[in-house]
Amino acid sequence: MAFDEVKTEGFKQVGTRPRRPDGVDKVTGRAKFGADAYAPGMLHAAIVRSPHAHARILSIDTSRAKALKGVKAVVTRADFAEGLTGDDWDVLENVMAGDKALYDGHAVAAVAATSALIARDAAKLIEVEYEVLAHVTDVDAAMADGAPVIRDGAADSSVPAGLHPNVVRYHESGHGDVHAGFGEADLVIEESFRTEAAHQGYIEPHACLAQLGPDGKGELWCCTQGHFHVQKLCAKMLGMEASNLRVTASEIGGGFGGKTTVFIEPVALALSRKTSRPVKLVMSRSEVFRATGPTSSTSMDVKIGMKKDGTITACQGVFRLQGGAFPGAPMEFTAMCAFAPYDVKNVHQIGYDVMTNRPKQAAYRAPGSPMAAFATESVLDMLCNQLGLDPLDVRLKNAAKEGSKASYGPRYERIGLVETLEAAREHAHYSAPLGSDQGRGVSCGFWFNHGGETSVTLALSEDGTAALSVGTPDIGGSRASMCLMAAEELGIPYDNVRTTIADTATLGYNEVSHGSRVTYASGLATIRAARDAVQKLCARAAAKWGIDEDAVIWEDGCAKPSGPNAGEFDPLPIAEITAEMGSTGGPIVGHFEATPEGAGVSFATHIVDAEVDKETGATKVVRYTVVQDAGKAIHPTYVEGQYQGGAAQGIGWALNEEYIYGDDGRLQNAVFLDYRIPVASDLPMIDTVIVEVPNPGHPYGVRGVGETSICPPLAAIANAVSNAAGVRMRHLPMSPPRILKALDGD
Amino acid sequence: MSMIHVSTTVNGDEVDFVCDPRETLLDVLRDRLALTGAKEGCGTGDCGACSVMVDDRLVCSCLMLGAEAEGKSIATVEGLAKGEDLHPLQEKFIEHAALQCGICTPGILVATKALLDKNPDPTETEVRYWLAGNLCRCTGYDKIIRAVMDTAADLRKAS
Repeated sequence: MAFDEVKTEGFKQVGTRPRRPDGVDKVTGRAKFGADAYAPGMLHAAIVRSPHAHARILSIDTSRAKALKGVKAVVTRADFAEGLTGDDWDVLENVMAGDKALYDGHAVAAVAATSALIARDAAKLIEVEYEVLAHVTDVDAAMADGAPVIRDGAADSSVPAGLHPNVVRYHESGHGDVHAGFGEADLVIEESFRTEAAHQGYIEPHACLAQLGPDGKGELWCCTQGHFHVQKLCAKMLGMEASNLRVTASEIGGGFGGKTTVFIEPVALALSRKTSRPVKLVMSRSEVFRATGPTSSTSMDVKIGMKKDGTITACQGVFRLQGGAFPGAPMEFTAMCAFAPYDVKNVHQIGYDVMTNRPKQAAYRAPGSPMAAFATESVLDMLCNQLGLDPLDVRLKNAAKEGSKASYGPRYERIGLVETLEAAREHAHYSAPLGSDQGRGVSCGFWFNHGGETSVTLALSEDGTAALSVGTPDIGGSRASMCLMAAEELGIPYDNVRTTIADTATLGYNEVSHGSRVTYASGLATIRAARDAVQKLCARAAAKWGIDEDAVIWEDGCAKPSGPNAGEFDPLPIAEITAEMGSTGGPIVGHFEATPEGAGVSFATHIVDAEVDKETGATKVVRYTVVQDAGKAIHPTYVEGQYQGGAAQGIGWALNEEYIYGDDGRLQNAVFLDYRIPVASDLPMIDTVIVEVPNPGHPYGVRGVGETSICPPLAAIANAVSNAAGVRMRHLPMSPPRILKALDGD
Repeated sequence: MSMIHVSTTVNGDEVDFVCDPRETLLDVLRDRLALTGAKEGCGTGDCGACSVMVDDRLVCSCLMLGAEAEGKSIATVEGLAKGEDLHPLQEKFIEHAALQCGICTPGILVATKALLDKNPDPTETEVRYWLAGNLCRCTGYDKIIRAVMDTAADLRKAS
């Protein structure tokens, strides 16, 4: 057989719904998450954080803390590597403040003690003297003349002259002539929108257990989306060699992009180095809110022109994102995603990355894209309403297809937007009658998806079962998908494959579990590694039979002679080959190491019905349908789960979740009681439709599914609420006070 | 600070421990008794990941002091399965994929068992309101609610 062939039908196991291999661990409490690790002689650590949004650190007096019985070490910035530059410096500066505290919650010192209670007591005894500086937390205010400068010289060369120093990166892209395009339109609408920062809201706070001895060799256990990345960053922060630090990823209690960098891990390592004892460090929930990455908040202007028949003639957008006290707000993604679903001749988009006195933003599920869709799809809804056009018909009329020039540049390969729109239009939800005070909204959404560095091994045991090692933490059931793909290729039962998330000493570098890349990239790697093992199995059979390797094929878990000249031999099952492998050439292991670049982009269409109580401003989502292209659903139940989870997070962001800052620059709602994510009684069942338009860049046609699911909800819900309330909602979240204000005519 | 001696029952076994008066029941379960099934998601009683039963009452173990467990009977997720046999809720949660990351799952299982012990035939709305104190960020609750309703139906058939 050809070992690089693409297979999109005739699957025996892929597409079935077996139980996840780590299911029993996770329903019995046996699974070990970040905070579930303990070591003999372990110390506990606590972090001292700035109460000010912006302040110069004049002095840190640790003497009273060190005098407390049970305290073993205190670290400040002086205990970390010097001379870092660029992104590495930013990460360290965020892990532990240098000259200035840049946001409420910024770490300034840390202490290790014999118990967590003593560590917390000691943290209170560390005296930090601050000179409080003027601060700014709003994106528009931070760009305005006279705004306090977060860090002079932080801007890169992309920023045009004359902008405030808080504008640190600039993006501009597009094609065609938007002025001419607007001239061709029968109706042009331009509107401004705002979205507030939402937190990823994973239920597991960041946690780690670090050991670093005087020999310079270290062990780190932590909850992370990418332990190889943690290894690289921590080694730099500590000034040690990467390979001397072995990082093991714990089970991870949610991440959604927020666990793709380091916060506490270098601190625990520094304390461990100072004490030569294991150090455990676990964040509290309020530390998670104050000091780990929420999304960017945004201020956006979008202008779209349309003909009476629904043809879009031009799109233009300006997207201002604040990313906290460091560069990196994903404004280029916002700009590039804004008009990506549509085949538009004239398009122009601008993005601004703006620094403020807030925690450094972190990736959150399709970073930047959901906000873009909110602005674009709201204007499309207004155009459809005013021109009397059906919103799905208009989207179908303008939908990008294979060969369309994307708004961000390239031409699309095979994509499934049209298929999701058609499935949405045919879905019973779209024609169901609405109740009183209810409105319906639709939206499309787009995400790039990602490949990334990937390394996998698949080792066969003497009994013909397989141990698959991958380097991408399993954040939502990916072990099940990996087992399915390996079993499919090897032709052995699903239960005969065990997938392990291997540590950094076991595999080559693996990029973080982000960019919806795991089922795509680790999946592709698993298939290729299994095909590599199969090739070796066939070679052993060929040697046994004394025929050419090319004359052996692999079918249903057996080597078989192929073709008229191969000879007559009984099929040789995998277990018979592996039983003898020690004497026929040694262990059989399949490998894959590469950077797959064929992650297919993906699209979704969502339909939402919302009910608005005009007296109280309360909104209830009464019906929700997700239609999304998965390319190929390896384990459809977990694909549905991704669709439902993205929709639910979008509902929270659209209706309720936001970072609320006081005039003092302090975060006002750093607990789950006040930062309220959707609870079970807030939500309806979330219906899902899996569309499968194969991605030509994956052996089974897989596209990532995790992120695209959060791209349409903000817009779809805003359209539903606006249609229910009879007033256009331009500011998220649409909390009851904002709805009442909008009903009052702003 | 002087330690307090506490005698209690955990998952049917008699257990003695000493703890600082400031330690929560959750701290004691995890750090002193090595029962790490209950999780700390918030420490303020808002997320339900630390749900346990204390004398047949559902509580957030982060809101109760370890010292208050004196003479009480505590049940945690570790006691749900009997030997090799999973509780029907545990089976259904795996079958329905009612978990993605799994951090909220122990608390949700303990809370759900408390509901079904009290009300074997809950409506979907009753399940949703009962579980409103248990946050899940991954699933959107859809598959959790289905798993609970399916378990309840099976248990009614079996009884």
